Amino acid sequence: MPSLPDMTTPNLDALAGQALAQGGHAQVPAPDAGQPQFVEFLQRMGDNCLILGHRVSEWCGHSPALEEDIALANQALDLIGQCQLWLGLAGEVEGRGRDADALAYLRDAGAFRNLLLVELPNGDFGVTLMRQFLFDAFHIEMLRALRTSADPRVAEIAAKAEKEVAYHLERSADLVIRLGDGTDESHRRMQAALAKLWPYTGEMFLDDAVDQAMADAGVAPLPSALKAAWDRTVASVLDEATLALPADGWHHKGGKNGIHTEHLGYILAQMQFLQRAYPGAKW
Amino acid sequence: MYAQLVKSEGSKTREEMTPEEIAFQDRIDRNEKIEPKEWMPEGYRKTLIRQIGQHAHSEIVGQLPEGNWITRAPTLERKAILLAKVQDEAGHGLYLYCAAETLGVSRDELLEALHSGKMKYSSIFNYPTLTWADMGAVGWLVDGAAIMNQVPLQRTSYGPYSRAMIRICKEESFHQRQGYDIMMKMCAGTPEQKAMAQDALNRFWYPALMMFGPSDKDSVHSAQSMAWKIKMNTNDELRQKFVDQTVPQAEYLGLTVPDPDLKWNEEKGGYDFSEPDWSEFFAVIAGNGPCNAERLGARVKAWEDGAWFRDGLMAHAAKASERARAARHAAE
Ligand SMILES: [Fe+2]
Ligand SMILES: [Fe+2]
Ligand SMILES: [Fe+2]
Repeated sequence: MPSLPDMTTPNLDALAGQALAQGGHAQVPAPDAGQPQFVEFLQRMGDNCLILGHRVSEWCGHSPALEEDIALANQALDLIGQCQLWLGLAGEVEGRGRDADALAYLRDAGAFRNLLLVELPNGDFGVTLMRQFLFDAFHIEMLRALRTSADPRVAEIAAKAEKEVAYHLERSADLVIRLGDGTDESHRRMQAALAKLWPYTGEMFLDDAVDQAMADAGVAPLPSALKAAWDRTVASVLDEATLALPADGWHHKGGKNGIHTEHLGYILAQMQFLQRAYPGAKW
Repeated sequence: MYAQLVKSEGSKTREEMTPEEIAFQDRIDRNEKIEPKEWMPEGYRKTLIRQIGQHAHSEIVGQLPEGNWITRAPTLERKAILLAKVQDEAGHGLYLYCAAETLGVSRDELLEALHSGKMKYSSIFNYPTLTWADMGAVGWLVDGAAIMNQVPLQRTSYGPYSRAMIRICKEESFHQRQGYDIMMKMCAGTPEQKAMAQDALNRFWYPALMMFGPSDKDSVHSAQSMAWKIKMNTNDELRQKFVDQTVPQAEYLGLTVPDPDLKWNEEKGGYDFSEPDWSEFFAVIAGNGPCNAERLGARVKAWEDGAWFRDGLMAHAAKASERARAARHAAE
């Protein structure tokens, strides 16, 4: 190969490390939880990261300030990295030869298991930040609990992701506070964002048979068990932001079982275009 | 080059210089770095602001053509690498705006000049990215051309600019390698992928050559900038170096450089090649490139739509410091 400059960059090293970590898991037998339910759980974790990462990455170059461009790209990068780990493990446990890319690029919308919240359109920057905050506050509790998972592979991924997500939450909470308690307009926009997103938060804490099986096997907490901590975080941040906590009303659900909003189909049409148009090509 | 057609101020003979100006030029000739607090001719300061500002604008507008493919990247790893790359470009913009600020101009003033069209960014970012192979071609050729220009600028006379260039160059080689790696994959892939790669080279070859700016004989501002070591090489020198480096890389890929007159010239130890169409270059600079309206429009929209966000943060900061003051007052 002809000479290209060969200065090392931290980014590339980190990415290479990530790729290694992705393929590097030993074949530990999955816990008694039952493989299909374990795969289902891992897809829920991975799909949340993938779809939110996609949404966040849409801001690249279009955000309100250069610092935000950088922070959002970093956040998207973290989420895509976490998605590679969760979906990589999902494919491994499933044992049908599908890797993280096959799961990301070759499933149709009905096979996606992400929460509806993360697939909602970005809206204005306030909606994006509020969605991030509401999800981060849930995500961090989930990852903290997963650090003591009976499955060491799950615990390992959670430990890595928790550090990143702690930072995501610190950032999103801080911005919600500052914008809630900023100008009249920023306050109004943040309150409107909250109203729009609130009906999509309940789904995070609904338990179903998959969750129950994971909890019984000690793999993952029941989502409902995370709600008290989430409530506390959200109430304290909104209070400091001078934003009113919405009344607990109707909540949408379906994402965890593959019944999505109309938005997901368009995300996949874009995301999967090359893999679908050129089947089998290597990129 | 990310700074093209930068208008240079001054250009005096030694006889015309004041003693201060002579002492300044002597420092530059001794390769001393000029630091923000030190005396500098007004022309030096203004030229640097134009050049660093244009360079910074190029980094941030440069997020857009590649950002265009992040959501469509064909694998998760490619997506992560592209995100990391685009994030780097935003970071480069930040270092450069900071370097420009040391010269007494604010980032907001520079952005205002970009948005009003008073300041330019590199012509290259006004070309569309139409296929995934363009992510390869941009990294390989555009970052490749940028490196060609930025490596010597690490030795530029202005301290903050030189230090920004050193940080930036560390990251640029990763950008070029990831682009070339995409090209290698495409060229080793299906016939359709290889055709995409060739098409990308066809579209980006001449625009990449234009990045170095017009030929030296038409470059009116080069001499003063070179005397000040703001510009380290002539446009033609860098373009020649770029062609000489890139042609073997294209051959290795099995791609054809879209120039029938490209030929190795044993005598000069470099390739003879066709000049780009300079009328196209000037049209793009004047705002008539295929994507000028979209690129600038996207930046202006991001800025305007984000006004409430920036105002909100400012208002909060003011409230917070007012509260802190009141609390201190109450404690006294
Ligand atoms: Fe990170
Ligand atoms: Fe750059
Ligand atoms: Fe670059």
